[in-house]
Amino acid sequence: MAKKEYSFYPGCSSERKASASNYMVSVESMCKTLDVKLNEIPDWNCCGASIGYAEGGELPRHAMNARNIALSEKHNPGQNIVATCAACWLGTKETHERLSGSAQLLADTKEALKEAGLDMDYKGDVEIRHMVEVLIEDFGYEELAKPVVKPLEGIKIAGYVGCQTNRPFGVAGESFENPKYLDKLTEIMGAEPVEKYDQKVTCCGGALAFSEPDKSQAQIKKIIESAYDFGAEMIVTPCPVCQMNVEVYQDQINKKYGTKFHIPVMYYSQLMAVAYGGTAREAGLNGNIVRATRLEEIAARPAKK
Amino acid sequence: MSERNNAMVEKYRNDFLKEVEANVEEGPWVKMCMQCGVCSGSCPFGPYWEHPPQEIFMMIRAGKRDEVLKSESMWMCTSCYNCIVRCPRELPITHIMHGLANYAHRLGIAPKMNPTRRFAKLFWQNIMKGGRVNELKLSVGLYFMDGFANGVKKGLAMLPVGIGMFKTGRLNPLGLLGGGKCKGAGDIHKMVKKAQEIENRRKGFAS
Amino acid sequence: MADIKIGAYVCKGCGLGERLNTAQLMTVAQREGKAQVVREHEFLCNGAGVAMIRQDIEKEGVNHVVIAACSRRAKTDAFGFEGVAISRVNLREGVIWVQPDTDEVKEITQEMAADYVRMGCAESARMNIPQINPGHGNNKRILVVGGGISGMTSAVEAAKAGYEVLLVEKTAALGGWLAKLHRRVPFHEPYADPIETGMPALLKRIESDKRITVYLNSVVSRTSGAPGQFSIDISKESGGTTTENVGAIIMASGFEPYDVKKLPELGGGKSPDVVDQAGLEQLARAANGAPIRRPSDGREIKSVVFVQCAGQRDETGKNLPYCSGHCCNTSIKQAMYFKDSNPDVDAVVVYTDLRTPGNGEDFYRSAQRKGVIFTKGKVSEVVPGAELQVKFKDLILNDDAVAKADLVVLATGMVANSGVDIDAAGGTPNVEGQDQAAAGDGKVVSILNLTYRQGKDLPMLRYGFNDSHFICFPYETRRTGIYSCGPVRRPMDIVQATEDATGAALKAIQAAENAALGRAAHPRSGDLSFPAFRREGCTQCKRCTVECPFGAIDEDEQRYPLFNESRCRRCGTCMGACPVRVISFENYSVDTVGYQVKAVDVPDQFSEKPRILVLACENDAYPALDMAAMNRIQYSAFARVVPVRCLGSVNTIWINDALTAGYDGVLLMGCQKGENYQCHFVKGSEMAHYRMSKIDDTLKGMSLEVERVRTCEVAITDIQRAPKIINEMAETIQKIGLSPMKF
Repeated sequence: MAKKEYSFYPGCSSERKASASNYMVSVESMCKTLDVKLNEIPDWNCCGASIGYAEGGELPRHAMNARNIALSEKHNPGQNIVATCAACWLGTKETHERLSGSAQLLADTKEALKEAGLDMDYKGDVEIRHMVEVLIEDFGYEELAKPVVKPLEGIKIAGYVGCQTNRPFGVAGESFENPKYLDKLTEIMGAEPVEKYDQKVTCCGGALAFSEPDKSQAQIKKIIESAYDFGAEMIVTPCPVCQMNVEVYQDQINKKYGTKFHIPVMYYSQLMAVAYGGTAREAGLNGNIVRATRLEEIAARPAKK
Repeated sequence: MSERNNAMVEKYRNDFLKEVEANVEEGPWVKMCMQCGVCSGSCPFGPYWEHPPQEIFMMIRAGKRDEVLKSESMWMCTSCYNCIVRCPRELPITHIMHGLANYAHRLGIAPKMNPTRRFAKLFWQNIMKGGRVNELKLSVGLYFMDGFANGVKKGLAMLPVGIGMFKTGRLNPLGLLGGGKCKGAGDIHKMVKKAQEIENRRKGFAS
Repeated sequence: MADIKIGAYVCKGCGLGERLNTAQLMTVAQREGKAQVVREHEFLCNGAGVAMIRQDIEKEGVNHVVIAACSRRAKTDAFGFEGVAISRVNLREGVIWVQPDTDEVKEITQEMAADYVRMGCAESARMNIPQINPGHGNNKRILVVGGGISGMTSAVEAAKAGYEVLLVEKTAALGGWLAKLHRRVPFHEPYADPIETGMPALLKRIESDKRITVYLNSVVSRTSGAPGQFSIDISKESGGTTTENVGAIIMASGFEPYDVKKLPELGGGKSPDVVDQAGLEQLARAANGAPIRRPSDGREIKSVVFVQCAGQRDETGKNLPYCSGHCCNTSIKQAMYFKDSNPDVDAVVVYTDLRTPGNGEDFYRSAQRKGVIFTKGKVSEVVPGAELQVKFKDLILNDDAVAKADLVVLATGMVANSGVDIDAAGGTPNVEGQDQAAAGDGKVVSILNLTYRQGKDLPMLRYGFNDSHFICFPYETRRTGIYSCGPVRRPMDIVQATEDATGAALKAIQAAENAALGRAAHPRSGDLSFPAFRREGCTQCKRCTVECPFGAIDEDEQRYPLFNESRCRRCGTCMGACPVRVISFENYSVDTVGYQVKAVDVPDQFSEKPRILVLACENDAYPALDMAAMNRIQYSAFARVVPVRCLGSVNTIWINDALTAGYDGVLLMGCQKGENYQCHFVKGSEMAHYRMSKIDDTLKGMSLEVERVRTCEVAITDIQRAPKIINEMAETIQKIGLSPMKF
């Protein structure tokens, strides 16, 4: 297959030494195997995230996202924008949709962009895509299975899709209530998806894990409990906020509820990086607070073939 | 801030629905609610809302301005978008809730101590510094929101999490000194300021 | 008949040949069944098998055909020989599919099959070939009573199909309520705004149609006769009566709005500014697009509140208990009258449940877009005054609230103009919490003035609406050849009434055409048999005239039953009712069933082989048993099932005969009776249940246990349950022992 190129919007959490830096590491490894070139948008800024609305309001938020789109169009012309973070993808896609739906909003946004010297660069003729869409739509499951050299045999994994890669836009062809792409990805990596996992689209609290920790942790408890109930030994997710919330509060939840949660929460790209023969480091496994020892073992094994 | 509020009260008199339609993000959708209640039943934080979205819509139509805008309810939105995808009338409920929260906040009548409101403010200030999130400053800021003593307590409670993040290379201990900065931070400031100006003009706020 | 020649044909296909000794069955048909021609065939329903039978009919003079193969419900085309009497012996669904294929039961399975062959031959020997009803009429004109949208539509549709129509309207003009509307709810894209009523075009269409004769200021003062030969008097208000003959009748007498004066708590009759929906239409027509003004002071209306379900869906028993279906959409439309002329008018619809069927959902959304406010609440009071106060409970916020308004519109319900309640004593209204003459002067006026002994108008089902829900077939009433449509049979909107009227026109045409051929109407459509009675045996007890669900039987001058064959649906309820058994059909009689019962070989009491007679309604219970067989659900091999036209046709003599003959149990399976009846003949199952409620005395008189006879309701979907009922009877018999009546 020919090399695929995308304009890449990594987002704040994937910066070096940020909360999803291990996501970034594994994505790089995965993309290397799939021969994907990610051209980072120069000097991208924050999307405003899901909490930016309150202080930021409407237009400033759209202006922030429009700036990224304009920068992409300027520096990576003709390339679709790909985000790895759910919130980045959602925010950018939302702005893109709103601006194409309202001439007034577009004019206002351009007026603001002018202050950043970018009004002429915004055309709005690119697609805003999540990395998962790239994998499913531009490669397809069959193609993604080909580079597997270390199948993740015998690992039962709960696919936690969460909210923002699933709603309101979601991945084409998937249902909002029971999206299956994570299960399918898990399966082609040789692992065993826990298909009955019934909290796969439950909200983890998102940004409110900071401001409303008790309420959010009650959600997270449900998410983890159900994974255990269905026999999962690992959770996989496509979203940095989901990953962090479900992973880092396990001790606090244990303390509060007397549970004994200790379950690794991985990114799909980490599973793929390992299955594709990457080392533990290349898969960012060292970035997990709850270590995925089964994956580390597989990563340490020699590849098949 | 409350002058702003008084001006709006004056301008719209008893017609809160009209006020919402004119000033709140996706406000014109409010009248399309058919009161089925699917949104309320779909919200992960539903039980914590004093008035779930279905009620909020009804209250807007009933002109219950203060009860809506001063409510903690909208601040319970986790942005999970469940209500949006399930609403049979396809109302952008999440955005309307965000819009109402933002409107109340700008009028200065949103609940002062609501943690999500304060966190949101902190967050925006954080990204406005350099254009990107500085996660350490954000968390530290969050813990010290309620004063120094409380902050130390919360910080200590969260210390294991922080240490975990730090150990796995997912938290920059030097973050307090800088980081999360775009080269075009200055441009971003100007751009956002302009956007705010325009928005104030459009929504009838004297900026 | 003297020259009956029975041909019995045993099929060996579908596994019958392997499971049964067909040679023995042929012997039974010949020796016991007295069949003169007996043949078997590998595959009776194929071309060769059918040709074989046909040849016997043509060359051998076989005129009574007994087909021992599959259920009478299968292969009806292949075995549909004309001009002969046909009996079907159900060996496939009735025997081999409900018995296990094991050696232990081979003997009783064969006995079962042999009995059915005996029964088929016995039936055949007592059957006659039906002759066409000689008294049938040929008139195919259609009378339509009521000149509103329903009646007008029926008239136009019947005329379009080439039939002559008489359209009778009691007022001075056609159009009904639709003509009084300012606009109507849209019934085509884009479902966004009220649209023109279309009445002028429809009026023109009727005026210009030569096939339609309109009688204004007229009522039907007499209706007599039967399908194909109705005679009716049309009386003008000014005097003068015309007598006309028609083939079928459509009753489209419509509705009146519920009287607002009965709702004083909602301001009905207390303030001129509280109107019903019809009243609002009047105001809107007066305004004609300009701002609507209120009745009391002519002031432009700035705020209006619509109260939904006013005096409807009332559980207290004071007002209408039902929903009238159209009112939500109507209020939405009327709120738009205000918003379209001035968007600043406050238009609030207070509802408990907003129901906008069809494409009304789009219409509802359009109103929301126009700024009509919809509030979920229950209105408790409307306080009259210069500014009206609508007090309601907000059902979402659980709050007591008040809405102020210049005008209040009450969405009241529809009350059917269904004439006199023939089931009520003295023909007075008996409908729950409501009298039908709501809008009139309190006097109930008959619509059809039928000269039938059963009463002047169509029977009612609930709430004063005509019973027209004849087992899944709308428009069908219990008066053959008379079809009701529109809001007289249930509340409905204009679109529904239009469709309804079209359907009724089709049914009326079918009735007239069937009558002209001397055939039955639905549900035994095409049946040529009709009831006849032996006058000399009749005791004039009147049970047949009273119990006929269709009012088909009058009395002659000498008080003997007078059968109007064209009104008859051929259910046989009269036959079941007759204590002296003088009523019969050519192909279905006390004997055709009675001799089947007697033909069964009842083993002695030491054999431990009980016999259970199952009389199963051919409409539901028998198909249910067939379907059970298709699913290979087994039931007792001691059962002998006889299909009957309706449980109502079951004459108790059959049960007496069975018990006397030593049967150990009798099961009657009919359709659901009562208010939500599923009986194809409406009252048949109910009559049977009533008659059987008295069987216990008979049983006690015979010193038999009452458990030996059971009457039950079986639906066509009771595929598991119907066999279970048979098996339960078999268990009961095992418990209480065999009948002592065996010889």
